Amino acid sequence: MSIISVRDLVVEYDGRRVLDGLTLDIEQGETMVLLGGSGSGKSTLLRHIIGLERPRSGSISMKGIDITRCSQAELKLVRRSIGVAFQSAALFNSLSVEDNVALPLREHTSLAPSIIDLMVWMKLAVVGLAEFGKLHPQELSGGMKKRAAVARALALDPEILVFDEPSAGLDPIVAAELDELILLLKQAFQMTVIVVTHELPSAFRIADRIAMLYKGSFLAVGTKDEIKASEDPRIRQFIDRVPGTTAQTRTVEASFEKYMQSQEINP
Amino acid sequence: MATLTESVGKATIKHLDYVGGLSLQLWAAVRALGEALPFTGNRYRWKATVRQMLQIGVDALPMVGLMAVCAGFILAMQGAAELRRVGAVHFVIDLVAIGFTRELGPLLTAIAVSGRSGSAFSAEIGTMMVTEEVDALRVMAFEPVEFVLVPKYLAALIAVPCLSIVSNVCGILAGGIFMFFSTHLSLRLYLHDVLTAIQLPDVFSGLIKSLAFATVIVHVGCLEGFRVRGGPDAVGRSTTSAVVKSTFLVIVTDVVFTAIFYLTGSH
Repeated sequence: MSIISVRDLVVEYDGRRVLDGLTLDIEQGETMVLLGGSGSGKSTLLRHIIGLERPRSGSISMKGIDITRCSQAELKLVRRSIGVAFQSAALFNSLSVEDNVALPLREHTSLAPSIIDLMVWMKLAVVGLAEFGKLHPQELSGGMKKRAAVARALALDPEILVFDEPSAGLDPIVAAELDELILLLKQAFQMTVIVVTHELPSAFRIADRIAMLYKGSFLAVGTKDEIKASEDPRIRQFIDRVPGTTAQTRTVEASFEKYMQSQEINP
Repeated sequence: MATLTESVGKATIKHLDYVGGLSLQLWAAVRALGEALPFTGNRYRWKATVRQMLQIGVDALPMVGLMAVCAGFILAMQGAAELRRVGAVHFVIDLVAIGFTRELGPLLTAIAVSGRSGSAFSAEIGTMMVTEEVDALRVMAFEPVEFVLVPKYLAALIAVPCLSIVSNVCGILAGGIFMFFSTHLSLRLYLHDVLTAIQLPDVFSGLIKSLAFATVIVHVGCLEGFRVRGGPDAVGRSTTSAVVKSTFLVIVTDVVFTAIFYLTGSH
């Protein structure tokens, strides 16, 4: 049985359909990359998978529990098995890096302080930040912040690890390091990993399977080789980095003419 | 005509939505208030509560004290100017003593706290919304209301009445100083007269009001913060509207409570 299954997920904001009947299964232990351009709905899908928002219709079950309909207590329980590294890292600025990682351990377990210290050190060591625990988030570089966020996501040894745009705002070298970290974590802890990204090199490096989103629906879901070999023009456009038409002279001209016409009607 | 009804309807729904949000938040906070109590609750919440008490209460002492002294002088001078004409300068003592314990002490304190702390709450929570920290709390199975709001609420429930008492004392002392210089009434005699003028229900009604004011300030400030969507400009707007709305609602609450005390005859 798949660890996460999304069924006919429909999401609307102010009557505008953002996700249009998505169905997706994510198997235990695989790395699923949700790939898509800006506004494709990939972040919205992610927010629903981690239970931050409730959809208009459809269901999302995680380890057999439907998180769109379950009680708050059940949702809390499910959340204990998910670790999320947010796009902006979302570290608590008032706490040191150590305390950020220690927070879920202190509050959700009854472990002795010395054990928690040891576990925090281990998590920070895994992401290569063992010496930086005493610093505050604002003293870290962008890449270090993201790694600290990964350490915090790992704190409770989750079964599912989720990354929102891990390489956004990072230079290619640091972004590649983060890809290697994701691969290492998956290998070391046998986790199910979900990554939302628009970076192709990163997606092809880490993915077992890729789900390609376009305007709220899946264009294709398959292994990276299947995606690479796809003949669908919209997938090809994304992979081959063909620019859209919004900035072409013809499009600009057309919208200008439309504007002029509307001015003539309402002088 | 349709647009008029439409806009009236929209505004009504918006206000109902706000009041509903406020009530739901208040209910959630009251239910979780036990978590922040010392000994029986979560010790991290109590620690946060103590920190908040320092920020809301201790840090505001000089400002609240000075405001009360100024208001005490104002009330005494204005009162004396009128009462002297009917040869009743002595009643300035009653005016200041009762005016402060019942009304001015709690009200001035509430206005100071709403400007200092109400804005700080909305800015803090608003920033946490923008930087995804609130989302991070939720996926880490923390309830943002319990984690962020409840310590502030408990701290305000303790600190605001204490500040009100300080404000009462400062205002009444200012009245005494005025009386000493204008009528050579000794401070000892003044205090004796003050104590005969004030009755216990006066003090209680003032303290009950200050509890209500604390509730309004914390909940409006935090709700404005939680409703922040977008970027830094939204945080700025929420801070402004936190101060404006909480000051307004403090005055409205004051009218309601004063009317209740007046009608039930406890004054």
